[in-house]
Amino acid sequence: MSGGARILAALAAGLLFGLGLALSGMLDPARVRGFLDIGGAWDPSLVFVLGGAVSVSALGYGFSRRLARPALAGSFDLPTSRRIDRPLVLGASLFGIGWGLSGFCPGPAVAALSTGAAPVLVFVATMLLGMAAHGLQARGRR
Amino acid sequence: MDAYLPALGGGLLIGLSAAMLLVLNGRIAGISGLVAGLGRPGERRLADFAFLVGLVLGPPLFSVIAGHWPAMRIEASWPVLAVAGLLVGFGTRLGSGCTSGHGVCGLARLSPRSIVAVLVFLASGMLTVALMRVAS
Repeated sequence: MSGGARILAALAAGLLFGLGLALSGMLDPARVRGFLDIGGAWDPSLVFVLGGAVSVSALGYGFSRRLARPALAGSFDLPTSRRIDRPLVLGASLFGIGWGLSGFCPGPAVAALSTGAAPVLVFVATMLLGMAAHGLQARGRR
Repeated sequence: MDAYLPALGGGLLIGLSAAMLLVLNGRIAGISGLVAGLGRPGERRLADFAFLVGLVLGPPLFSVIAGHWPAMRIEASWPVLAVAGLLVGFGTRLGSGCTSGHGVCGLARLSPRSIVAVLVFLASGMLTVALMRVAS
């Protein structure tokens, strides 16, 4: 239950995630755009990445359902909403446009920060701005 | 088929990471949510930050094991990357998730919201790339 164990577990999980992204080839925006480019020389890699990831993730989810609480924390922190609403669809559409334009989604972009490449810094900085803009807008509406 | 083994292997590691974070810490491995959450106070913030530190250290660890850095070819110009970054940042918050939270975790939980989100961002991404192909 200690915070230290939880932090170490999160660090190890993050390391595995970054290692997986690097191995899978998904740090390469050209490869990701090759998957989205169904009119060109389509690269199905992302299907294998997502397929492998969802299978193991589903096993973990199935196992977690048999636990009263997580091994190192007091409770599960899971989204509960099931409503398909406008923000969900609009947000996913906008995200898809940015993903198609750049070939970057948040995971690979953050992992690629370790390369120190300037274009990655530009993407992550503007991504943080976009998140902050949403935070301001959401606060304004409340 | 062998050409896709690294993709499958990488995917299995990503799934293992998501399973680990859920079973041990009770947390969803959604990168956009974890990043945005750093701006809000909360007892989970330190562990979330540790996950992101691990994520950044993953590729250097890969390069030590594999002996080379993973390929990274960025075709977009800086202005396009900036617009894309804004759209990805704003869109993932408005839509409550990205490829990891809705894709890797949400699909595994058969969440109806995540299934819709994944179909929408895949369609929107494919349409964007197709329009760019027509325009060029």
